[in-house]
Amino acid sequence: MTKIDPAVDAPLTEAVVTGLSPEQVREQRRRRNPFRKPLTSLMRHAFLIAAAVLMLYPVIWMVVSSFRPTELIFREPGLSFDSFQLSNYTDGWNALTYPFNVYLLNSGLVVIGSIIGNLVSCSLAAYAFARLEFTGKRFWFAIMLLSIMLPIHVIIVPQYVLFSQLGWVNTFLPLIVPKMLATDAFFIFLMVQFIRGIPKELDEAARIDGAGHPRIFLQIILPLMVPALATTTIFTFIWTWNDFFSQLIFLTKPSLYTVPLALNAFQDAQSSTNFGEMFAMSVVSLVPIFLIFLFGQRFLIKGIATTGIK
Amino acid sequence: MSALGELRRVKGQPAAKQRKQNKAAFLFLLPWFIGLALITVGPMVASLALSFTRYNLLSPPRFTGIDNYVRMLEDDRLHQSLVVTFQYVFISVPLQLGLALALALVLDRGLRGLAFYRSAFYLPSLLGSSVAIAILWRQIFGVDGLVNIALGWFGIEGQGWISNPETALGTLMVLNVWTFGAPMVIFLAGLRQIPSMYYEAASVDGANRRQQFWHITLPMLTPIIFFNLILQLIGAFQSFTQSFIVSGGTGGPVDSTLFYTLYLYQQGFANLNMGYASAMAWLLLVIVAALTMINFWASKYWVFYDDQD
Repeated sequence: MTKIDPAVDAPLTEAVVTGLSPEQVREQRRRRNPFRKPLTSLMRHAFLIAAAVLMLYPVIWMVVSSFRPTELIFREPGLSFDSFQLSNYTDGWNALTYPFNVYLLNSGLVVIGSIIGNLVSCSLAAYAFARLEFTGKRFWFAIMLLSIMLPIHVIIVPQYVLFSQLGWVNTFLPLIVPKMLATDAFFIFLMVQFIRGIPKELDEAARIDGAGHPRIFLQIILPLMVPALATTTIFTFIWTWNDFFSQLIFLTKPSLYTVPLALNAFQDAQSSTNFGEMFAMSVVSLVPIFLIFLFGQRFLIKGIATTGIK
Repeated sequence: MSALGELRRVKGQPAAKQRKQNKAAFLFLLPWFIGLALITVGPMVASLALSFTRYNLLSPPRFTGIDNYVRMLEDDRLHQSLVVTFQYVFISVPLQLGLALALALVLDRGLRGLAFYRSAFYLPSLLGSSVAIAILWRQIFGVDGLVNIALGWFGIEGQGWISNPETALGTLMVLNVWTFGAPMVIFLAGLRQIPSMYYEAASVDGANRRQQFWHITLPMLTPIIFFNLILQLIGAFQSFTQSFIVSGGTGGPVDSTLFYTLYLYQQGFANLNMGYASAMAWLLLVIVAALTMINFWASKYWVFYDDQD
């Protein structure tokens, strides 16, 4: 019996409906496939591999080049490790006012604050929308959905005024506090969808045992919605790590620069002379994304397949 | 569960229980309510008010009526930024979605190595909005960048793609098309949802592959195409990082990459014209809302919903 790979075979509805084994379902699917002949199939793989290489070549080239001397990167731009060196990394690390670990730490703090904020505030709101019946629920739900589509640029100016009057500019608070207040409504929506899939009988059994809503939320719903929490964590990580616009606006002190701001400063300071070091630090900035991609892919693919996000 | 059903149950509950639920819901929603009031709706109202003022953060706002909006009519850079943004959105999003659909179709149905290809095509979507990739792009399309080296193999004389105002925006479009992996994954999920019995019935009736594509696959996918379209349009309108990094924050050369959001940033945060930037923000909101509504209206004519179940 072939192992069912949920990523490849999901949703094997045909298997459930028709009672066929996964192999038979796959065979059926293969028969439907217009490129069934071995030769066309081979050509298809050749095309796909070429496309994948073309897509990933720039990134691979950047990684390889970051280990080569700058003058060689352009003179012999192939993928070779002939003059392998680490000096781009050691020099690039200290090329700006502060060593790069300062920027990594700053980015890390903003990311961790954002993740905690999103997890706590969005799950609370999602529980209310998914499980409680309250006056005006449909109205507030519609408002929540609309707020997902609101461009941040519409509110950034008054937000800046507000935060600068609070003395929060050049702190991480303008980047973290909004997440504590569930302004990333997208994740509320994602969690509502997930909680709706949890059988209500579980809540009712707990209620008969005398549990109130806080306990049902903490002891029943929260443990069951771990996959939704994981998806939220991963997407918050990537979005916050890559975010440039709001960090550019709220952080102007070099000691508070996050990784994207440091890279921007790097580009300004070196004015495209020292590509080796710039590539090296760019690679450093992408490492966390690569790691998440490797280990969290299941949640990423599921997350965007069910809700359609980037 | 239908919305009507939810409503009925709310009405049918005894008043005391309802009050208790209201109280619980209010507590669970409290952070969200505060955020909605202080971070979202409050600033929206404030930015509408500020759009009728002249305000530079240092002295209090001065009411100037519709001056900002009149100025917007005459502002050539604003018009340029609208042209740039519309070109970027309406050329790169259809290309991106077309490519996403094409590759999803190639990957669909019993192909070995699907997971590998899907990952390879999806990775750029995660990287595309980062500063690092924008820096890389600047190099790839530079005078002695990768693109020119590749062209050199074919004996074609390259050029500075980013320093040439004719082609600079094109390089950013390529960057957006490069991130087709996310919509592709959504298309793949959509293709899986099409019941196989439709294809079986069609082949019994003698329909060939091409006919099956035009009469089954494409109509059944239209809701997904619509969904991707809305999502990518809204996203593309808000692009900022790429043009900021590639142009060094100027929108150059000669404003050829001046995205609307970049111009808004320049006005609001470089020149401290907060009133003008607020007016621009509202124009952006109106444009995005109008486009979304037009899309929903037009969807009646081309999006097909399979209501059999």
